[in-house]
Amino acid sequence: MDLLVAVTLFVMAVFLGVELITKVPPTLHTPLMSGSNAISGITVVGALLAAGAGHRTFTAVLGFAAVTMAMINVVGGFMVTHRMLHMFRPKRRRDASPPKGRGGS
Amino acid sequence: MDDWTTLGYLVAAVLFILGLKRLSRPRTAVRGNQLGATGMLIAVVVTLADNSILSFEWIAGGLVLGAAVGALLAVRVRMTSMPELVALFNGFGGGASVLVAAASYIEATDRAADTARLSAAAALASLIGALTFTGSLIAFGKLRESLGWSGFAGMRIVTVTAAAAAAVFGTLMVVDAGNPLWVWLLVAVGAVLGVLVVSPIGGADMPVVIALLNSLSGMAAVAAGFVLDNSLLIIAGSLVGASGLILTQIMCVAMNRSLPAVMFSPAPSGAGGPSADDVYGGKVRSTSADDVAMLLESAERVAIVPGYGLAVAQAQHAVRDLARRLEDRGTEVVFGIHPVAGRMPGHMNVLLAEAEISYEQLVEMDDINPTFEQTNVTIVLGANDVVNPVARTDPSSPIAGMPILDVDKSDVVVVIKRSLSPGFAGIPNPLFAADNSLMLFGDGREAVVSITKALQQI
Repeated sequence: MDLLVAVTLFVMAVFLGVELITKVPPTLHTPLMSGSNAISGITVVGALLAAGAGHRTFTAVLGFAAVTMAMINVVGGFMVTHRMLHMFRPKRRRDASPPKGRGGS
Repeated sequence: MDDWTTLGYLVAAVLFILGLKRLSRPRTAVRGNQLGATGMLIAVVVTLADNSILSFEWIAGGLVLGAAVGALLAVRVRMTSMPELVALFNGFGGGASVLVAAASYIEATDRAADTARLSAAAALASLIGALTFTGSLIAFGKLRESLGWSGFAGMRIVTVTAAAAAAVFGTLMVVDAGNPLWVWLLVAVGAVLGVLVVSPIGGADMPVVIALLNSLSGMAAVAAGFVLDNSLLIIAGSLVGASGLILTQIMCVAMNRSLPAVMFSPAPSGAGGPSADDVYGGKVRSTSADDVAMLLESAERVAIVPGYGLAVAQAQHAVRDLARRLEDRGTEVVFGIHPVAGRMPGHMNVLLAEAEISYEQLVEMDDINPTFEQTNVTIVLGANDVVNPVARTDPSSPIAGMPILDVDKSDVVVVIKRSLSPGFAGIPNPLFAADNSLMLFGDGREAVVSITKALQQI
């Protein structure tokens, strides 16, 4: 990939990220952070390539450690976000009292 | 890398974008997280299928081990420990980027490939990744309260020296590309920098640090993407970097502090302001659970303002019981949430959601502030600086201009707190001595439980 193409991708993606996230209700700050944290584990792709390139044992070991760390980040991140978000689902109250306050959104 | 792989990466990138978009709306957040996970699965499968991978034994081991550890941590963590866990995961992400960069750098220089660009990217990935790794581990220790160390005299000079050394080693990686020594030196210096930068920061500044480290782990992935010439790493890393920066910005605004102020002049001191004796002397009125129950019994609208103390006392379920009891009596109950209450962005929301308090009851600062005047009783539970009226009244105070919850405008304020000790800002809080304030000293959870009991007996 041409360097300028890569830089263009980078800049565009940053702008896109800013536009995507700008208005997030505080209720979702933590899940958003742990969810995006899991996405940052995308480095697992690089780790797989490093571990599987198979040139030298030393780099394979580095790759193995990288795959392990990145997988902890990815699997743990998505699962814990899922757990958190399940608690956020609006619950039917026992009493059918009208919604109070103006809520988070 | 063949076309199918590139196409698969495109699908994964689109899923990440849609996932993040949906993660920022309460109704679609669960779906958003699933989309993100699906994107990740596609990315991994496509990479494994790509024919540039020659040996699978190391990979299989790493995949299984990492997935097992991650799943175990995610299932077992308690909601009150969520900030630590997010910090820990973050650190692993950064650490992985370092290793990817180092491995690729060593391989590439072995083969004497065209290295100037690769070396520069590897230098950035090593530095940012190492800093994120150790910085996150320090944050993890601080959040677990198992690490009290906040640096030593003259640390600023060491930090500046380390930053200069990082620049030198980074340059050497590019100039003297065949020598793997430089990458390890750079990683070491980056690791030291992470410790030096995060150690002095604590308490109420933690949400900023966590958000910033989150952003940095994304940036480390971007740099690793430049090393590997991998579009997906660049795109996904940038998205995370941007979202982390926005959260950092939101947290800074909520504290009325700039990012450099948080990073480089930690722990504002309360020196020079009025002393605790001046503020509290003879004016603090303490109360009992029974008296609070009486007040609540006749209240029409009650606001509960939680702070970090709620998490420490594990009081979220007790608070839920009190709120339900009051609602059964026809009292309106709302929760006022300050954006930086707790130790990470949205910390209070997670805890209250765990106790099955509907998020519709959690009211943001800007929405609840105009309603305090119509509130009969406000219960402040383990919050201090975020309800300190000095932020509005005293321009020389360290928290001057910080947006606060105007709890002092309600008819009666009940402050549940262990003692009159100051909050993170280190200044006394005139709210505790105000005419309409009552202090209920004790453990947050026990206090709330006794109020609920007393209320039952009325």
